[in-house]
Amino acid sequence: MENSLRAERGAVSLASHSGWRDQSILLRFMSIALFAGAWEIAGRIPVSFAFPTFSDTMVAFVKLVADGSLPTAYLSTLQPLLLGVVLSAFLGVGLGTLCGLWRAGEWLLIPVFIVLQAAPVAAFIPMVTFIYGIGMTAKTLAVMILALPVIVLNTYKAVRNVNESLLVMCRSFLGTRWQTVAKIILPDASPVIFAGLRLGVAAGFVGVVLAELLITPTGIGDLITFHRSRADYAEMYATIGSIIALSTLTLIVLQWIEIRLFRPEKRGA
Amino acid sequence: MRATVLRNGPSPVSASADSIVEVRGVSKYYGSVEALRSIDLDFPRGKLTSLLGPSGCGKTTLLKIIAGLITADAGTIAIDGKYVSTPGPERAFVFQDFALMPWATVLRNVAFGLELRGMDKTKRENIARHYIDEVGLAGFGDKYPHELSGGMRQRVGLARALSVDADVLLLDEPFSAVDEQNRRKFQEDLIRLRTNQNKTFIFVTHSIEEAVYISDRIVLLSPRPGRVSQVIEPQIDRSVDPERIHRDKHYLDTVEEIWQGLKQYVE
Repeated sequence: MENSLRAERGAVSLASHSGWRDQSILLRFMSIALFAGAWEIAGRIPVSFAFPTFSDTMVAFVKLVADGSLPTAYLSTLQPLLLGVVLSAFLGVGLGTLCGLWRAGEWLLIPVFIVLQAAPVAAFIPMVTFIYGIGMTAKTLAVMILALPVIVLNTYKAVRNVNESLLVMCRSFLGTRWQTVAKIILPDASPVIFAGLRLGVAAGFVGVVLAELLITPTGIGDLITFHRSRADYAEMYATIGSIIALSTLTLIVLQWIEIRLFRPEKRGA
Repeated sequence: MRATVLRNGPSPVSASADSIVEVRGVSKYYGSVEALRSIDLDFPRGKLTSLLGPSGCGKTTLLKIIAGLITADAGTIAIDGKYVSTPGPERAFVFQDFALMPWATVLRNVAFGLELRGMDKTKRENIARHYIDEVGLAGFGDKYPHELSGGMRQRVGLARALSVDADVLLLDEPFSAVDEQNRRKFQEDLIRLRTNQNKTFIFVTHSIEEAVYISDRIVLLSPRPGRVSQVIEPQIDRSVDPERIHRDKHYLDTVEEIWQGLKQYVE
């Protein structure tokens, strides 16, 4: 009974879905168009005097790019963001792997990260300012506080739940400990590690915007605050929209890297 | 042409002229459950020996002990007279669940044993290509495991084990996760493959028909605790068309005889 079920599952081969793929791209564009349309209508009613239309927001976006204020703001925001995200990614995957492989590491570090993940970490940001001031260090730390726990915990879980039968296979073909980690554990864990990285990067964006709203009035956070105070709502929404778009774009790039480098079998799937 | 029953009962087998694997006094407990009791067995060089028995007779445990993947609580395993307790280059394993890396192509999966040994890429891929052709997967080198059927995946597992050029191939119920039609074809191919490869096969199965069909020797194990109950050498001529073996009288008689012996352990 069990065997026949397994055999059935094994015999399933993947059919190609090229027609469905074209359709899915079309549907995605429609979803964006629908959203923009709803926004435009809501802006025209208007829902609130502080709610601009989609078209006004787009015009404001072009204006902000043209007058250089948006690029300047991003120059200042991207530095701590990039630094914090890259540091969190390497540190997080490293620590997570270590905890997954090494019992003592697990007991020492995992509880800390579980607490950190559960805590409303934004509350720590004023504390970070108190200790590190209002510079680049504080902003980078804000990014890391938000990004690191989810990356560590996902990596740890992925490494812990690695496919047992592949480990046995590697051992039977005389793989060393190091080969097992590099050739089996990390590739097998990579989908869950990357899921953690995506959540971590998204959290990093939250961190940097929070830091700029709460600590240092610079960059994107400052641009948002500034336009709000002048009641330039179209500009404010354009700024907010731009950071959401950037965050989404980063996640798509990350997914592309994952499939490119680690899971070639999912290419085109 | 009658099947020869070599012995009955748990007394040790006398060492045959040329046995490559020698199992002496192997016992294994899982907690308080006695999985194997004092197993003595010799596996003749160049032959295919099946370990056959109902579930719970410890056949897979014995195979994994020979592979060095499980440690025995007592007893020794010798390969070519050398005691072993961990995996070694003279043995290669074929897994019940295939154990293929889903992220690697067929070519890389087959070459993986050689990759772990540090052989350079061109060399190991040439060897892997040879065995991919040998197991009937020519042209599938660039596919990923999920693009293959169960039977084809197990062919990849077999090619991987052949690539490392071990003397002893250990197969743990290799066809149990393969559907019936593919299994028949694969068994026929295995018989053909054996004539080209000068290797010793140890094959775990719970299918009497399968064991009789492909084996030179069948070791019957009885359950709770796992012991050797009988060793049978089916005298079946495999040089004829494999299709005909299934209708061969000796094949059918041997299957029946083994069934009569195992019946008592099936509730």
